[in-house]
Amino acid sequence: MSKQLSGIYILWKREVIRFFRAKSRIVGTLAMPFFFLLILGSGFGPAYAAENGGGNYMNVLAPGIIGMVLLFSSIFSGVRVLMDREFGFLKEIMVAPISRTSIMLGITLGGVTTSTVQAFLLLGVSLLFGVQLNLYGIPLAVLFMFLISTSFVSLGIALASKMDDMHGFQLINNFLMMPILLLSGALVPLNNLGTWQFIIYLDPLTYGVDALRGSLINASQMPLWLDFAVLAGFCIACITIGAFLFSQRE
Amino acid sequence: MTNVIETNKLTRKFNDFTAVDSINLQIRKGELFGLLGPNGAGKTTTLSMLSTIRRPTSGTARVNGFDVNTQQDEVRNSIGIVFQDPSLDDELTAYENLDFHAMLYGMPAGQRMERIKEVLELVELSEKRNEQVKRFSGGMKRRLEIARGLIHHPKVLFLDEPTLGLDPQTRRNIWDHIREMNKSEDVTVVITTHYMEEADSLCDRVAVIDQGRIIALDSPDKLKHSLGGDIISLEADAGLLPHLKKIKNIKKIKRMNGEMSISAQDAEHVIPAIFEIAQKNKIKIHSIALRHPTLEDVFLQLTGKSIRDEKAGAMDMFRTRIRSRNR
Repeated sequence: MSKQLSGIYILWKREVIRFFRAKSRIVGTLAMPFFFLLILGSGFGPAYAAENGGGNYMNVLAPGIIGMVLLFSSIFSGVRVLMDREFGFLKEIMVAPISRTSIMLGITLGGVTTSTVQAFLLLGVSLLFGVQLNLYGIPLAVLFMFLISTSFVSLGIALASKMDDMHGFQLINNFLMMPILLLSGALVPLNNLGTWQFIIYLDPLTYGVDALRGSLINASQMPLWLDFAVLAGFCIACITIGAFLFSQRE
Repeated sequence: MTNVIETNKLTRKFNDFTAVDSINLQIRKGELFGLLGPNGAGKTTTLSMLSTIRRPTSGTARVNGFDVNTQQDEVRNSIGIVFQDPSLDDELTAYENLDFHAMLYGMPAGQRMERIKEVLELVELSEKRNEQVKRFSGGMKRRLEIARGLIHHPKVLFLDEPTLGLDPQTRRNIWDHIREMNKSEDVTVVITTHYMEEADSLCDRVAVIDQGRIIALDSPDKLKHSLGGDIISLEADAGLLPHLKKIKNIKKIKRMNGEMSISAQDAEHVIPAIFEIAQKNKIKIHSIALRHPTLEDVFLQLTGKSIRDEKAGAMDMFRTRIRSRNR
């Protein structure tokens, strides 16, 4: 048991070391959400205010962008297992006397940590730009960040277990991450889809973004317990599928 | 002497293709054992099964007394492995790579530091311990991988083509390290290779493997002696042939496009005898060369083909390219 734990710990530590070692990568991954926040925020701000009779779009956008950061960085750190396979390092892990489930847990915890750190960096940046966040809600937000991130890292690992090389990553980017992002209402709240309105409720990130808005700006559209229940269910499903598919790989 | 690895009809199939075909192997404790064969002979697949990476289709194998099918964790604790392709994390330092490994194998903290220091010294990389692996040369990476394989005191260390893609000087250096740690660490070493010189100069015993089967197994010297001694290549008029048969140390004469290939024991003394006969009979000798047989000749004899003739497949060429880029 202690062996499994030390294995999980070192797998987590490796992700964290790698993350902080590549300073340029941190800047690179944060640049896009930063520009989204800045440009979308100032560009659509007036339109949003006119539509809603006032209200600050930046405040609504910031939790959404945090959700976006969590989605992208989490899926990517899961899919990065593929790169470890390509560069041979995965073999070193796989031949060690610890279980596949522990390996997956270690990688997942590492991905969750680095994603949450990125989310926090962005949260800090938003505060600098004058976004008004409810600081008391941060502990609750962290809980939801963990749920969102754990789900998507596991999903990434599940996908990576089914792929043979990095070529499939473009597909994931275009057909999975972008729809999840756009349908979640992270950038623009979606209320005018008519008969297609139900589709946003099929997107797990909808509940994630809603929960982040609930905890950070007190403006959720659904009750937080519902967000929590859906995300927790999604999270458990992803971990189970991820662990199963990951252990299937020879 | 006890066996640290025993296999019984070990077989692995990929769909219709049989990569490893009922292999029976006994590898002794402390031995430096070689699996020699061309690309695609089944060496790596055999190693994968012995190290629990792949499951056998049928047959069994025991490593350090543990069954590779039912006692995977025990087997994994007993072995270290250096893969054919590089498997270090380039972004981590040498020390971090080793620490990662030691933690993964559940070594307690105090022991870990001590041991990492020890193996770094063994492969002479102590000074580079805090450097990122991406700045290492190919030979240094290999040495680090060997050190890593040894950290958890394995009973058996598997080395899959340990010197592939390295220059001759580095190769010799790696050989020295392998010999050294085989002795000082008291570890059984199993290497796969398709380099004849490597098997010859390193291994106590060599299993020659082709198309998934073991076709010969003995010490390199005995394998070479099985050919009937040294080889004299002689270019001379054909009239010499009947006379040569009288020399008693000549075992076998093969004629290949005008050249005679003579297997002879104690060939250094056979050559003067050949000259004597030729002079006596006024037959002209155009050229003569003596060489000691290599494992290449053994392989040629057993399979009728040369190991080097094996065409590298597209995958191998791609691999080599990737490798030269990574190193």
